[in-house]
Formats: sequence, C-alpha cells, structure tokens
Amino acid sequence: MLTRNKLLAGAAALVGLSIIAPASAQGPIKIGELNSYKVFPAFLEPYKKGWELAVEEVNAAGGVLGRKIEVISRDDNGNPGDAVRVAEELLSREGASFLVGTFPSNVGLAVADFAKQRKVLFLAAEPLTDKIVWDSGNAYTFRLRTSTYMQTAMLIPDAVKLNKKRWAIVYPNYEYGQSATAAFKKLLSAKQPGVEFVTEQATPLGKIDAGAVVQALADAKPDAIFSSLFGPDLAKFVREGQQRGIFKGVEVFNLLAGEPEYLDPLKEEAPDGWYVTGYPWSEIKTPEHTKFLDAYQAKYKDYPRLGSVVGYATIMSAVEIIKKAGSLDQDKLIKAASGLTVLTPFGMIEYRPIDHQSTMGAYVGRIGVKDGKGYMKEWRFVDGKDVLPPDDEVKKMRPAN
Amino acid sequence: MTFASIIIQLLNGLAAAASLFLVSAGLSLIFGVTRIVNFAHGSLYMLGLYGAYSLIQALGRTPVGFWTSVVLAALAVGLVGVLIEVLVLRRIYRAPELFQLLATFAVVLVIKDIALFTWGAEDLVGPRAPGLSMAIEILGRRIPAYDLLLIAIGPVVLLAMWLLLTRTRWGALVRAATQDREMVGALGVDQAKLFTSVFFVGSVLAGLGGALQIPREPANLELDLSVIADAFVVTVVGGLGSIGGAFLAAVLIGVAKAFCIGVGTVNWFGAEIVFSKLTLVVEFLIMAIVLVVRPFGLLGKPQAAQRLAADPAPPLTVPSWTFVLVGLVLLLAVPIAADRYVTILLTDIFCFALFAISLHFIMGPAGMVSFGHAAYFGLGAYAAGLLLKRGGLPMEAALVLAPLVAGAFAVVYGWFCVRLSGVYLAMLTLAFAQISWSIVFQWDSFTGGSNGVFGVWPSAWLAGKTAYYYLALAFCGAGIALLWRVLFSPFGFALRAGRDSPLRAEAIGIDLRAYQWMAFVLVGALAGLAGAVYAFSKGSISPSAISIAQSTDGLIMVLLGGVETLTGPLAGAAIFTWLRDEVARRTEFWRAVMGVVILAIVLLFPQGLIGGLKALTQRWREARA
Repeated sequence: MLTRNKLLAGAAALVGLSIIAPASAQGPIKIGELNSYKVFPAFLEPYKKGWELAVEEVNAAGGVLGRKIEVISRDDNGNPGDAVRVAEELLSREGASFLVGTFPSNVGLAVADFAKQRKVLFLAAEPLTDKIVWDSGNAYTFRLRTSTYMQTAMLIPDAVKLNKKRWAIVYPNYEYGQSATAAFKKLLSAKQPGVEFVTEQATPLGKIDAGAVVQALADAKPDAIFSSLFGPDLAKFVREGQQRGIFKGVEVFNLLAGEPEYLDPLKEEAPDGWYVTGYPWSEIKTPEHTKFLDAYQAKYKDYPRLGSVVGYATIMSAVEIIKKAGSLDQDKLIKAASGLTVLTPFGMIEYRPIDHQSTMGAYVGRIGVKDGKGYMKEWRFVDGKDVLPPDDEVKKMRPAN
Repeated sequence: MTFASIIIQLLNGLAAAASLFLVSAGLSLIFGVTRIVNFAHGSLYMLGLYGAYSLIQALGRTPVGFWTSVVLAALAVGLVGVLIEVLVLRRIYRAPELFQLLATFAVVLVIKDIALFTWGAEDLVGPRAPGLSMAIEILGRRIPAYDLLLIAIGPVVLLAMWLLLTRTRWGALVRAATQDREMVGALGVDQAKLFTSVFFVGSVLAGLGGALQIPREPANLELDLSVIADAFVVTVVGGLGSIGGAFLAAVLIGVAKAFCIGVGTVNWFGAEIVFSKLTLVVEFLIMAIVLVVRPFGLLGKPQAAQRLAADPAPPLTVPSWTFVLVGLVLLLAVPIAADRYVTILLTDIFCFALFAISLHFIMGPAGMVSFGHAAYFGLGAYAAGLLLKRGGLPMEAALVLAPLVAGAFAVVYGWFCVRLSGVYLAMLTLAFAQISWSIVFQWDSFTGGSNGVFGVWPSAWLAGKTAYYYLALAFCGAGIALLWRVLFSPFGFALRAGRDSPLRAEAIGIDLRAYQWMAFVLVGALAGLAGAVYAFSKGSISPSAISIAQSTDGLIMVLLGGVETLTGPLAGAAIFTWLRDEVARRTEFWRAVMGVVILAIVLLFPQGLIGGLKALTQRWREARA
C-alpha cells in the first residue's frame, strides 16, 4: 500500500535524482544554449527553429568528430543573474562543452564576462551591443550577429547621398538605441560636415508615447529622421506618424525595420520608402540561402525570419569551431574560432582574429508595399567586413587580454 | 515650444490618459471593495486588446464590427474577471492581508502563457478605427480623430461611473463596502455576489481600456506588466477608491509625459536637461511628490479603520534549535556530497532568503508593506560592484561596505515612507525603487547604464564555488540570525506592538515612527548585504536587480512561505528559486506551470506553505491528544 512514508521516500528520491548529475560518457557533444525565449518570443521562436534545423542537418551528416551533437537549451528569463546561473548549470551539470546564445545586451555582456572568468568559449548569437567585442571584449567571447555599429554604418552611404541637413533622432532608451544613435551621429558628421541634429527623443522600451513623440519630432522641422525603434514601439510610431502626416517630405531611416519579425506585423501600413536594414528572405537567390530556405520551409511549413538565420548560423559556427579544433579543449576551441570561416545562409563569414566579431553582413534597402504586405525593395547585401572600423581604432577600443 | 505645439501635446496627453483612466478606475474599484491588490489587472487589459483584435478579424473592419468587437471584448474580459474571482479569490478572502496578491501574480503567469499559446509571439497590429481613421487639422497640425474620441470617452466613463456609484443601489452597496464590508455583510447583503459583481465591472473597465487601444497599440505580451505599474500609480496618486481622483491622476500623468516629450532637450544655465528621458520615470516622480505632500493621494480620504478580514497574526515562535542546527549541518555538508551546481543554486537561494527575510521583517512584524524592496537589494549590489570597480577597493571591503550604502539610502527613503501607511506606504517604496532604478539605468558613465557593471568577481581565495558557497552561507545566515534575534528584542516587540495597535504603542511611550524608521534602515542594510553577496556570485550586476520584477519576486517568496511565520520566507525563497530553475528546464510553458503550482499552493495553504504545515501539525497533535 502507498503509505505517506513511501510517498515521502519517493519524493525524496525524485529530488535526489534531479540533483545527481547525469554521467557523461562518449555520447553526443553537448552545446549549451541560453536565451530569453519568453521575454522576446517574436524573435526567438524563429531563432530556435533555426538552430533546431542546423542540429538536424549536422547529425544527419554524421555529426562532428565522429559524434552527434546535442544542444541543451535554457531560458535565461532576460535577466543576467539568471543567465549566469543557467550558464553554470549548462557547464557543470549538463557537461556542455561551451556556451552559445543570448539576446539582450546586458545578458550577453554578463555571460561574456562569466565566460572569461570560467575560461570557456562563448559564442554570442544575438546581442547587438558593440561593447561585447570592443570595450568589454575578451578572449573567450565571439559574436555572430551584425552589430549595432555595423548596421548603422550600412545606412550611412544612403544618408550621405541624400545630403539632408536637419536630422531628428528617435531611439529606445537603452544600450542598443543609445549606441545606434551615437554611431549614426559620429559617422554622419564625419562624412557630411555641417549636418545638424535638431532633436532627439529617447523613449522607454515598449512604452513609447507615439503621438507625442511624433509631434515633437515634427515640431523640430527635420529633413530626415533616424530611428532605431523596433517591435511594438515601431508599429505605434509608424501608425501615428502616418496618421499625422509627418513623414511627408521627410526621409526616414530605421535600423532593423526590414526584418520580417518587425516588418510583417505592419502589414499594409508598412512605411513606403523608408531606408532599413533587414532580411528580404523571398528574394535572395544565392545557393547557400536557397538551400537553407528550402530546408527550412520543408521542415516548418513557414518562412524563415532573421532570427532563424541567426539560430542556424550559430550552430553551424559552433560545429565548424569544433571541427577545426579537433577537440573540446577550451584553448583549442578558442584558437579555432579565431579567424574561422563559416558558410552561412548570408554567405561566407569570418570570425575576425582582431576582435572576434563575425563579418556577417546584412541587407540594406527600402520598404515597399505590395499585396497588403511590406517587403524590401532596391535591396543590396552589405558584407560586414566592409563596414567595420579600421583595425587601429578597434585595437584602441578593445582591452588587451 | 510654440503655442500650437503646447495645445497639441496637451491633446496627446489627454488621449493617452483615457485608457489609463479606464484601467485605473477598475483597479481602484476592486481594491476599494475587496482590498485585493489585483496584480492581474494588467493581464485583463492585455486580454482586452487581444480579444478585440480577434473579434474584429471575425466581425469585419466596419464601424459596426469594430464597436461590437470592442464592447464584446470588454464584456468577455469581465467574465474572465468573474472566473478569477469565483475560482480563486473567493476561497482566500480570509487569508492574511496581501496573500491574494500571490494568487493574482500566479494568474498573471498563467494568462501570459495562454495568450502566447493562443495568439502567438508576433505583435498583432490591429486596424485603425473604421470611420475614424482620418486626422483632423488643429492649428496646422493633424490629430487622429480617434484620439479626440478617446479624449471624450474618459469623462463620459467618469460620469457613468459616478452615476452608477451615487445613484444606484449597487453603487450604494459598493460605497458601503468600501467603508466597512463587515457591516455590509451584517446587514444581510450577499458579499459574495457583491464582490463578484465588483470584479465584473472592474474587469470590464480594464478590458474596455485595452480594447479601445486597438487602433493605437499592437497587441503584445509585454502589455500586462507595463500597464499594471502605471495603473497602480494612477490609482494611488488619485487616492484609493476615488474614481474622480483616478481621472485627475491619469490626466496629470498623461499630460506630464506628453510635455516631457514635447519639451525635449533644453539648456538651463549651461546644463543640458533631456526631458524626453524622464518619460522612463515621470509617473513615479509624480507619485513620490504627491504622496509626500498628500499622504492619501490627490482626492483620497484617510482610510477608515478596517476590521481585518483575517484573524490577527498569531505571535511569532522562535524556530527550534534542533531545526536550525540540523539545517546548518546539512547545508555545511552540501559541497562535499552534492554536485557543483547544487552549491550554485543554493548560493542563489541564500541571497534570496536573506532578501525575503528582510522583506518579511518589514512587512510582517513591522507592519509596513514594501513594494520596492529590490531598491536596497539592487543598491547593495551596485554599491559592491562600484566600490570594487570604480572605487578600487578590495572585494572584501566592498562586500562589507555595500550594506552600509544600501542602509544610507534606506535612511533617506525610510524617512519619507514611515510617514505613510498601508498601500500608500507600499507605493511610495515602489516610487523610490523606480526612481533609483531609472537613475542607475541612465547614468551610463557611472553605473554602466542599462548594461550594468561587469567583472565583479570575488577575490582569488573566494573564487572557488565551494569557498563562495560557505561565504554566502555565513553572511546570509548571519543576516537572517540577526533579523530573527532582533524580532525578539525589546526593539522587535515594540515594532510588533506598533503594528497591532499604534495608539497603545504611542501611549506607553514608544516613538513608533523612529522605531519604524530604524527598522527600515536595518532591513535596507541587510537586503543590501543580500544584493552584495549576489553580485559577487554572478560577476555582474544590472538594473534588473532593482526592477519591479525583483521586488515582486521578494513578495512572492514571503507570501508563498507564509507571512505569519519566521521560517516561511526562508522556505518561500528556497521553493520559488528551486521551482523556477526546475520548471523552466523541463517545459517550454514554464510560466503557466509555475502559475498553476502557485495557485495550487494558494488554494491548499492559504496561510502560505509553512503556515499551512504548522496548522496541519497542530491539528494532528490535537487529534492525537
């Protein structure tokens, strides 16, 4: 009979089981992945699909170093404290060989610092912050995604060409928006002396008072606007601005707004003619992208978002690092990652030895609307290596270690 | 700003105030009658938006379809509110004060995952209002016609509410229950029905507030928590239970925000002030000022002395020595017996346990609920990090000095807070926490801004996880022991006397306010110690340590374990941290699972876990005797 004592003993055993670490044998190679899945689901659900596809492909091709790979994924709750805890769990309990992932800047930077302390390779997938490879860069951290600085720099040639004098700026009030704004002002002033920044609006992330912000921008009578809004803030900004007619005769540049994650929700209201960075997934015809697109659509019956590409390329990079290192020794992994080249859906990328930033590029173009949906027109691919600052500047920013 | 832009920003502010007012009016109504701090009110608002979006898809983008959808969505949300009241809250009205907050927190988690499951992760941008999608030109600037309609809806709802409350029998009952719900019950009014109806009306208002935003705001999963804080602020600034006050406060905050944006950047005497950055915190600044000047909000009245729904808190019992010793021995043995990760998880638990126990000290025995306790945790953590990185102090010194910094902030914040009571006090602590948060968040050159401070690692001899585990155990254990000891000192007894009967306490010569202030400083310093230990265990510290979420976690831990026992918060911290770690690993919808588990605990143990266990053992003993 089930007595209370037996129940208690059973419960105790269960707790005990969850505490004892699973034995690590010559099973699959484990890659520890952590991300803020529940805080930024719009970007990270496609991201997860992307890396799941990569895992499937790698294992179907026989894995790496003769072993299958397994990604152990954890939710870091968008909080650096929790992230460091799950990172530790991935390493010490799950026996992960190294870490990949993260989305917000503060979490990425916290995990990067943790990786340095623990002397473990960390491949930052998503965080856009420039600091993760520059001011706060360290030997153990590599970053895949095209950074804030790079994406901003990609828009500069178009901005310079338009030769507008009065610029208004709006940005979400945290690291990403602040660095985008700083980079834009610096780069544009250098290329176009005499440019004026007539007003700046810092809006709380996710809580923009769009009507008031739009009005304040219009009051400054700008010729052009630079925005780094995304998500719900972008949607509100676009709608209020269009209803109030402030975009008429004003050129607008908006980082990230061409990414399907943020463009598609706007549907027929997608702002025609805006200059954006993004991902025109249906029109890219390179063989590496076509292969990825076909596999993705076959598996998920859905089209990829930018997050899918990042997730896919993250795991592909991780696998190439292991392959090149030929071992799971941290020093060898780090050495392998530095200067590694990987073929991604966006073409060949290199993890630069100088700052561990990948040269992954991005698509720059303008938003158009057809069939009640936004898309990217007049787009071109900009290779990441062409928009990074000169080496001596990078060296100055990056601490020696 | 020109005259025209002043007028336009005024209109923008009024339009933004409309929805805020509707949500807050509902919250105020529910709080007034049921005394429930309804954390799920923001979730109801979010459901209003999602519901309206789906209904409009189904009914078509015509004026009739649009308005029918808005009304239906609001009514449906009202039914969700009724469901919450009948299934959950009704069962725990007699639980200790604030316990219902735990239940509504669980509801937030469940609703969020249900919304994710139902509507997906992508933001849903609703249509413009059919027939009102144009803009109207005022002073050469265009204002969406829908905004003007919203500006009109606010006062109309205010009027309707006023009529409902002053001219109907239901309104009379609601007002009576706000004054004295025991008496209303004694006079033969069916309280259960009254509460359910109040929940319905309050939820309809939240749903309506959400549904009306559909042309202005994409439905997304972050709305619940971003709205709830604002709604609380409006309710408190206006004065609890005062619908007119809520309207005034909503307008004040809406317009203040619009003007912060409109003014933009100005140069005053050579100093550049960026007003648009103030939007992060302006509502909390307003709340702090209002509460300091008017302790019961703009139009609120001093709360009538409430007869407690629950029995008064029983006297505290000292944890038994055997219990403490056995626990300590087990904890000391952990690094030898268990794997490395267990020590890491336990280190987290130690920090949160001290955090929760310091919160329990102030909200239980001292009778001052704090909604902003993370301020001291976070400031302690930042003090540790900044003393190490910017001050160049050794880690050991930073760790010891950090609690003093947190305590120093508590000296200032506490001085203002102890002048208030009840929810007003709680909200003023929240205001201070948010103001601290926004300064830390924006002061890039000193605090590292939104990124935080990195490289906050312990000295080499403490760098090992086992060494640090023992350090955390020693510091947090000592902090907890100190707090428990103080509770049974004359100082602790005086605090409890002050909580149970302020008048009598004053009469026997206790300077209650000074005592409460001292208590504030003490718990502030110890929460700061918890934060400092936490910072060094993570190697970094970011503004989320001061955030509302962190404060809420503390409340949840205390309530989960049981506010009326000493060991409750300890158990609460352990279970909450362990559960989150465990559940998040096993399921994608971990929030909903957490919510359901908490709800189960709430319904099974309305005294909290430890409180419930104590009651059970007591009953068992009595049955044996």
